[in-house]
Amino acid sequence: MTAQAQEDFRHHVRRYLYVFYALIFGTLVTVGASFIPFGNHAINIAVALVIACGKAFLVAGFFMHLISERKMIYGLLAFTACFFLGLMFLTVSAYADFPRLTVTH
Amino acid sequence: MDIPYTVQPRPDTGLYNAKVGIWLFLASEVMLFGALFSSYILLRVGTQEGYWPRGWLNVPIGTFNTLVLITSSITTVMAWASLKMNQFGRFKVFHACTLLLALTFVCIKSYEYHDKFTHYEITLADGRFADGHVVANDPKADHVIISGRYVADRKDLYDLEARKAPHHHEELTIPRSQIVKMERYGPWHNTYLAIYFTLTGLHALHVIGGTIVIGFLWGPGSKMWETDPERFTNRVEVSGLFWHFVDLVWIFLFPVLYLI
Repeated sequence: MTAQAQEDFRHHVRRYLYVFYALIFGTLVTVGASFIPFGNHAINIAVALVIACGKAFLVAGFFMHLISERKMIYGLLAFTACFFLGLMFLTVSAYADFPRLTVTH
Repeated sequence: MDIPYTVQPRPDTGLYNAKVGIWLFLASEVMLFGALFSSYILLRVGTQEGYWPRGWLNVPIGTFNTLVLITSSITTVMAWASLKMNQFGRFKVFHACTLLLALTFVCIKSYEYHDKFTHYEITLADGRFADGHVVANDPKADHVIISGRYVADRKDLYDLEARKAPHHHEELTIPRSQIVKMERYGPWHNTYLAIYFTLTGLHALHVIGGTIVIGFLWGPGSKMWETDPERFTNRVEVSGLFWHFVDLVWIFLFPVLYLI
């Protein structure tokens, strides 16, 4: 590896550290937000999931290098996302048939 | 026979083979955990109001374990970056930290499991319930001692946060003749614990699997650095991708199981 390439990598390392600090901050915010009474518990759930999605983006984007990956990986993940959305659609569909509010144990 | 494209990228994909392989594997993992998350959603929305347990898990411990796993992610990526910068010594240090953090995570998770397996719900003959951690349960003795509390309504055991129940635990001596049913907080106890143990157990198996692979690359597998450094760096990258995925799953598990 050339000296220039090594210097470029040091720049990447600084970025990894910023992502790490953001993840720590995000975790603490998630915990803090869970104790805030928003009035509706659904808001607490939404806030926690939004923060989790943000943290997941940081891990996948920077630690897993998805923000600068090859097209084939994006294609593969797009394919996976379609199936994942299909799975969640099936879940919602199943809920329509599910005997609501019956589980007590 | 040499395996092609272990170092150089294939001309058509622009990727070395192992990287395509690990991403295909991770795609299948997304579907595996996705199926379990969808089960969680169905169980949760199907539960009667007040019967989905809240406050059953220790938030400070869960938060600490989350921070442990996030820290292991940064040490993993730093280990790989060290190899890219030709600093093998730093790689060893960072991945030693990863291994220690992984073991810390598993130990803390084991403690949490132990806490649940020593926690009992006891149905009494007078219709009340006793709930708490067992102190003495000698089969020869005519009584059981737990550190816990009595409740008249079983529902009072579920949503501890909403009720802001004062957790005044005391040592309770319960005659065996009064006990109708005595059950641990294991996966069979209710749907919440079933999905909790399934999700966290599967995740813990991934952590253990990843630890074994990283341990190999840190120990005997690291000899490859002397003979084929680029291929070794690629191996570390691939194992790192798996480790980050394990971290990513926990990022969702933590709020879903501990906080909301």
